[in-house]
Amino acid sequence: MVQLMNRTENETQAAVSPLEAPVREAAKPVVYDTKQLNLWYGSHHALKNIDLPIRENEVTAIIGPSGCGKSTYIKTLNRMVELVDGVRTSGEILYRGRNIFEAKYSVEELRTRVGMVFQKPNPFPKSIYDNIAYGPRIHGIKNKKVLDEIVEQSLRGAAIWDEVKDRLNTNAYSLSGGQQQRICIARALAIEPDVILMDEPTSALDPISTLKVEELVQELKENYSIIIVTHNMQQAARISDKTAFFLNGEVIEFDDTDKIFQNPADQRTEDYISGRFG
Amino acid sequence: MRKVGNVRKTFESELEELKGTLLRMVDLAERQLGDSMSALQTQNLTLANAVKQNDAEINALDDEINQKVIQLITQQQPVATDLRKIIVALKISTDMERIGDLAVNIAKSTLHIGDEPLIKPIVDIPKMADAVRVMLRKAFDAYDLEDIDLAFELAKEDDAIDEAYGRLIRELMGYMHRNPDHVNQITQLAFICRHLERVGDHVTNMAENIIFMVKGKTLNLNE
Repeated sequence: MVQLMNRTENETQAAVSPLEAPVREAAKPVVYDTKQLNLWYGSHHALKNIDLPIRENEVTAIIGPSGCGKSTYIKTLNRMVELVDGVRTSGEILYRGRNIFEAKYSVEELRTRVGMVFQKPNPFPKSIYDNIAYGPRIHGIKNKKVLDEIVEQSLRGAAIWDEVKDRLNTNAYSLSGGQQQRICIARALAIEPDVILMDEPTSALDPISTLKVEELVQELKENYSIIIVTHNMQQAARISDKTAFFLNGEVIEFDDTDKIFQNPADQRTEDYISGRFG
Repeated sequence: MRKVGNVRKTFESELEELKGTLLRMVDLAERQLGDSMSALQTQNLTLANAVKQNDAEINALDDEINQKVIQLITQQQPVATDLRKIIVALKISTDMERIGDLAVNIAKSTLHIGDEPLIKPIVDIPKMADAVRVMLRKAFDAYDLEDIDLAFELAKEDDAIDEAYGRLIRELMGYMHRNPDHVNQITQLAFICRHLERVGDHVTNMAENIIFMVKGKTLNLNE
């Protein structure tokens, strides 16, 4: 706009300074704090000096090319990675302040607090009802009324109640892939977890089912903390609050998702999200 | 580290092509401005009419850029620098299209003055126009070379344009009192000053967009 008044040198400077001043809102409490985590499969050094604070009620996306360590990382968060022979770790992962690698730490308890959803929907070959009631039954809940309630709440939480409420006794295998994946999410919700880990939960789904799962993730973060591994850049950009970019077992960049996709700090991040390699 | 496949290469060459089209637009806008000023100085009505007609060329380039941007966004779903380059091309092309319109407005004022003798040889308006064209050429280089220092300089130069505008308007108001028979001509000259001042603002917008493209940060240099 026209400015008939002279402008002073200082004002010109003031207009320039915003380039240097990022504004951030107050951070939420940390759920999972990973400190200097290293992991080896035999002699293969798969995770290198990972430092990653994961916060409450946020969606944290983990992106990176195949073999970068992102699946290994989330499988470490519930110690599932220990099922692989010859795995060795160093460093610590604090879940709610306690190191999950401590000798006395109960893996079973950890896994009731941390649910997981996998790439391929993997319902049990049982009825929809029994799929959801499976976890609570293992934890000793036998009361039919209580189980009914858990099943309904979990299915509602996974945004699939209306689609299945009239056929809870049919086999979960009879559902579509997208529905099966939401059944798996409901199954994870039934044990009332604190954190949900998702390993490429939509990579086997069509666009409509993908959209439903993405909407669900957005709703779930109100009550849970979610960590999602995804190969879909647009998905990470759409649904996550924070994004960590993994490459060759290292965290190259971890920041607000908007920052990562609009103006990443590291050239390697830029190259990856722009499709220049990987 | 970098392994670039054909799809990515095609995208990069399309981004280059987009840049080339935009640079052509900047160049054309600058030429139109120059022609509109020559037409005024020499009261060459044929040239003024040519400026009006040539505007279609800038508008066509603006359309071409709009189409290309939509195509690239749908096909490539760009992020980060790629996305900023594309969005900035879209925004700068709007500014260049407006500069083209302002050159046409100057030509129309020249046609309104017609062959009525000028009340005095005009010197300061062409000087202001030269300064604006220098800004445009600098903006061309700043965009081409992604040079943000050059972009920051443009904001300062626009301050000088704004100052010249204020001075010229006051001077023309004075003439109006002394030459009541030439109010039409003086008003047209005042309009021309205003159009040139607006060109400076559009170039400043372009400078802001270049900084955004390179740095990913938004600032307002027009304040």
